[in-house]
Amino acid sequence: MPAFLDVVGTLVWKDLLSESRTKDVLSTGVAFALLVLVMLNFAIDLGAENVEAVAPGVLWVSFIFAGTLGIGHAFAAERDRGTFEGLLLAPIDRGAIYLAKVATNVALMGIVELVSLPIFAVLYNVSPAWLQTLSAMALGTIGFSAVGTLVAAIAANTRARELMLPLLLFPLEVPVVIASVKATAAAMGAAEADSLPWLQLLVGFDVMLVAASFLVFEYVVEE
Amino acid sequence: MKIGPLAVATLAAMAAALYAALLYAPTERVQGDVQRIFYIHVPMAWNAYLAFFVVFVCSVVYLWRRGLWWDSLARASAEVGLVFTTLVLITGSLWARPIWGTWWSWDARLTTSLILWFIYVGYLLLRGSVADERRAARYAAVVGIVGFVDVPIIHQSVVWWRALHPEPVVLAPGGPAMPPSMLLSLAVSIVAFTLLYVWLVRLRLQTELARTEIRELRRALAEATA
Repeated sequence: MPAFLDVVGTLVWKDLLSESRTKDVLSTGVAFALLVLVMLNFAIDLGAENVEAVAPGVLWVSFIFAGTLGIGHAFAAERDRGTFEGLLLAPIDRGAIYLAKVATNVALMGIVELVSLPIFAVLYNVSPAWLQTLSAMALGTIGFSAVGTLVAAIAANTRARELMLPLLLFPLEVPVVIASVKATAAAMGAAEADSLPWLQLLVGFDVMLVAASFLVFEYVVEE
Repeated sequence: MKIGPLAVATLAAMAAALYAALLYAPTERVQGDVQRIFYIHVPMAWNAYLAFFVVFVCSVVYLWRRGLWWDSLARASAEVGLVFTTLVLITGSLWARPIWGTWWSWDARLTTSLILWFIYVGYLLLRGSVADERRAARYAAVVGIVGFVDVPIIHQSVVWWRALHPEPVVLAPGGPAMPPSMLLSLAVSIVAFTLLYVWLVRLRLQTELARTEIRELRRALAEATA
């Protein structure tokens, strides 16, 4: 087991190192998340009376759009450089590759979210309960990445992969989106305590989605 | 095309189902004739779920045994299931307009059916966008499994989100909440639509297998002449 975790750690380190040299995902992710926040502001003409109802959804739409770009890049970049074959040839468990990709994406998406959140709070003039909001972000991002990694690995080998990814991914993410938005909405509204059941639900979704994706991932990458 | 016994049985059952739904079943007191849409809406919904369950089973067996026959069956079932789901959404809307006063509501069952529709649209589009047939089959099987496993999770999450759809009247706790003649009409309809499902899937499966055979013959021919 320690060997398995070592492999996962090494793979995550590899991906983060490669990202730190190009900063492709982080730079475009932050810019894109902010852009979505601004565009949605025009799309729904936010006023003081509807901000609490709309802001959580706006936040998660920007996270999910930015996350979809990032998660698609993870496998697309490996494909384009031909490094994914190397990864598959390495004498390591395919499950380790899956978990490493999930962990890397959670880390990168998490950084994008942490940068965007204060700017979102300023732009939309909300002051959420930070602990609950950050918990919702962490759990929601894990659930998103669990399915996202699986689907991105599939989409990377299709024609028009950037089109296939959201098409396959978004319907499967419905439970995660509902629970994340509800938890965040409770954290932004008057009833902060109401976010707890949704956070517990998110933990359950995360466990189920990671387990299911982990089990079938090896069938996606067998070549 | 040869007319087999299955086609004849489907036709006869469909005629009986139409008679039962439109003439035999009594008119519902509150909803009136609109309620008769129930006799095609519910059987199609049941068959759509059956179809996606078949996709799930075939996907598991495909990943395990790797027979392309299972993959073709999964594909055929997904296509028929998608048609049924589309019709379920349309007939449901037609019923909801006079009864609820709105074409659509974001109720748990409606929302789940819509998401289900999107999952299998994605499933079929995915199959079309992978060139290699073995790889397409493998990817489709993974989506067929994850998609189906996700359905109860989606449904439960939407239930907690909100609920409005009428409670089940047939599988209600304490026995069916409808007169026997209505129940009989529904049973006839379910048999008819299940036969229709099997017949359509068989038709699609035969087409699919014929296509595979042609592809292999072409390949053999190309190798022989090269």
